[in-house]
Amino acid sequence: MSNSAKADSVLALHRFGMGPRPGSIAAIGTDPRGALIAELDRPLALSATSSLPTSAKAYRTVADANARRTARAKQAQQQAKKQQMAAAGDQGQAQAQPEGQAQGYAQEKDAAQQKDAAEMAAKQAADAIPDPGRPIYLQEAKLRTEAALGVDIGFAERLVWFWSNHFCVSANRIQSMSGAYEREAVRAHALGRFVDLLLAAEGHPAMLFYLDNLESMGANSTAGINRNRGLNENIAREIMELHTLGVRTGYTQDDVISFANVMTGWTLVPPGADPQHGGEFTFNPRLHEPGGQTVLGKRYEQDDVEQGRAVLRDLAAHPATATHIATKLARHFVADEPPPPLVEQMAKTFRDTEGDLKQVAIAMVSSDDAWRGPPSKLKRPSEWGVGMVRATGITTVDPERFTGGQALLGEALWRPSAPKGYPDDEASWIDGVGRRLDIANNFAERITSMADPQAIIEDVFASQIAPEVKQAVGRAESRQQALALLFMSADFQRR
Amino acid sequence: MGVVDHLPTRRELLVGSGALFAWSQMPRIARAEGRDPRLLVIVLRGALDGLGAVAPVGDPDWVSLRGDRALLLDGKPPALPLDAFFALNPAMPNLHRLYKSGKAAIVHATATPYRERSHFDGQDVLESGLVKPGMTASGWLNRALLAMESGGRVDPRGSRALGIGSVTPLVVRGSAPVMTWVPQKLLPASEDTQNRLLDLYQHTDPKLATVLQARMKLASLGGAPGTGDPMSDDPTLAPPGIARVRAYFAEAAGTAARYLAKPDGPRVGAMGFVGWDTHIAEGAASGQLYNLLGALDGAFAAIESNMGEAWRETVVAVVTEFGRTARINGTQGTDHGTGTVAFLVGGGLAGGRVIADWPGLKPAQLFEDRDLKPTTDLRAVLKGLLRDHLRVEEKVLAETVFPGSADVKPMGGLLA
Repeated sequence: MSNSAKADSVLALHRFGMGPRPGSIAAIGTDPRGALIAELDRPLALSATSSLPTSAKAYRTVADANARRTARAKQAQQQAKKQQMAAAGDQGQAQAQPEGQAQGYAQEKDAAQQKDAAEMAAKQAADAIPDPGRPIYLQEAKLRTEAALGVDIGFAERLVWFWSNHFCVSANRIQSMSGAYEREAVRAHALGRFVDLLLAAEGHPAMLFYLDNLESMGANSTAGINRNRGLNENIAREIMELHTLGVRTGYTQDDVISFANVMTGWTLVPPGADPQHGGEFTFNPRLHEPGGQTVLGKRYEQDDVEQGRAVLRDLAAHPATATHIATKLARHFVADEPPPPLVEQMAKTFRDTEGDLKQVAIAMVSSDDAWRGPPSKLKRPSEWGVGMVRATGITTVDPERFTGGQALLGEALWRPSAPKGYPDDEASWIDGVGRRLDIANNFAERITSMADPQAIIEDVFASQIAPEVKQAVGRAESRQQALALLFMSADFQRR
Repeated sequence: MGVVDHLPTRRELLVGSGALFAWSQMPRIARAEGRDPRLLVIVLRGALDGLGAVAPVGDPDWVSLRGDRALLLDGKPPALPLDAFFALNPAMPNLHRLYKSGKAAIVHATATPYRERSHFDGQDVLESGLVKPGMTASGWLNRALLAMESGGRVDPRGSRALGIGSVTPLVVRGSAPVMTWVPQKLLPASEDTQNRLLDLYQHTDPKLATVLQARMKLASLGGAPGTGDPMSDDPTLAPPGIARVRAYFAEAAGTAARYLAKPDGPRVGAMGFVGWDTHIAEGAASGQLYNLLGALDGAFAAIESNMGEAWRETVVAVVTEFGRTARINGTQGTDHGTGTVAFLVGGGLAGGRVIADWPGLKPAQLFEDRDLKPTTDLRAVLKGLLRDHLRVEEKVLAETVFPGSADVKPMGGLLA
């Protein structure tokens, strides 16, 4: 393979894939663009039919544990109170003649102590039943990370990560469902049509939970009238601002309200109510605002779940959505300020193919504009972390350690601080580079006996790395230091 | 490169080493002499500047060689006198005290047979005990443990080796079982690593250089552990400061001592300390090297106190892959050299002396007109310790522990 072909392969792996790993350059062959495109035709590593629990099952498991915790806590509290009353009775006789004013204070203090003790007992009883959400989260994290470590290039996985962040939910609110959400909604449609991805994401219980739609009800709906409660605009606003049209693209506050009304009734089956289907999506007509709604100047008369589907379909087909998505994709993969012709080409493909996401991805890697620029993107912590592990040839991770490292670097898996997801620009991440050094140093220490920095440069990177890096690695005082310098080099952090 | 599919856990390391080990081949031990010796090897990775640690203040060429970077008896701070010729870096009062009480010895102008200048290869030779790098996956200390004579004086319950750190040092790896202990506090990237990275960024990525520089400045202002990085909620990942390095050295060495001191604990152990590659701003009298030597001095104190009764049967050997250039370079540091020092510390030593066949510092006396010339083969020192302390047979030392070293005689008289 010629040197420039090697260089293109390494660029393909960094910019569009998960980073080089042993054998990945050979796997690409002489046609990096073709190899990227070919990967989109292979089935994704972690299918929705995996052995992991569905989101509904995971949700029910946690709900069940919570119910048992509550019951145990109540029981323990009552028992503690009973014991204390019995003890207080004994004491009361012994202290038949208490001394003056001290009595009232002492009784108050006893009461407070008794209350604390009862609460403590309740907490202990509840804690005896562990939260099943975290092990589910860690198992999902492990398989997702290993999917990224195991692929030759990882372009398709990167697209899954991109869309998962675009349609993010937060494990801080729905830990048990966050991984299954990605598999069920995002992974299943990341290479399909945008409208299907949109419908799957917005109709997923995790999203409805995350964006507060479970309790949202039309003011004139049956439930709204009975309970004197109403609308939550959150999901409608985020769908238009973040998921489809993009901010400041002409929709108004009235559009948001109307759309929020459209989305009322999109909820999930309460786990207690139905042990078979608890946690699954359902449309509840009792919550739905009756009547037609006008969104972006168009009237939607359907009076059920189809009303929302119709609006989502139109939002997916809106030209602003094509531009928004094309810009975001190009910004993620190519440059913080992507070349306008590239964005336009991708947006055009989006419009021409009615949002065929595979075709949009192909349009991106087929354009010279996506390859020409210098590697100016600073890898996000997740990309950098996975890239570091891939370079060593390791294919399995301890999910606790791995997710812990990601969290320390500010990109906790499935835990963005806002529905906007994690940012994609250099300015947001560059201050964390010092911390990356701590992580790189610790990782290097753990793998120093099994990873040879020179071999990584030669075999994994095909020597496509700055001479200064080679020199620094060659002169390092230990293998650990050599590996840390290699992982921290600009060649490794930028793409 | 070796492709592995997972990181071995501590348990797997234990099981893995144990499975390789045939218990029936272990020496039957009688403790006939009523002693139960311990040997801990500390590898200083990065090549210690022996002249910056133990200065030949009596050499007429010393001051002209190092100029105002030379440690001196009337320097600021003053070097600690060892004898009429050598003085110890002022960062090491513990070592000085031990030396004065006969519990420490220093070997100067020493080196392994390695004469090139690659850290990796130098460490390979130092730890494998072979004359060339890359020839084995086992270390001399592990092979010595395997070879200890039947009826020797090591407690049979201590027939394992101890490795400290997430990675077992090569010197103690091999078919004798190794137990490992990983310090809870992870060592932060050293100042040296940060300096090198900064240098790399300055040549390749100015933006990253600016960020790293800001972090280093913050860390130097913060000083105390955990206070340097306002974003840090995890003290194990806060930026480095010398206080953290000191704490790490003391914890790691102190723990090694606790294990070795146990009646049923291991009898030999090894650990590595990084950060000795002082190319830029070496700071022997106040700076990088001074701080590191101070941390090492603290580790000696931790070992001494944690060894308890076993201290009198203990030898700690502190070795490094090679030394550094005799002259100061253009960036107030030193480059990779050859001859250096080894520290021997412990209650079992006949110490209180600097062991050196001093080569001199005139240009013609230097190795290749640049390094302190090695006049003592480090293997002679190590073989002396193994023979007289652990009672490994001389023939075995020459053939299996340090293969091809028959003409390197074990140094006698090191033990009390």
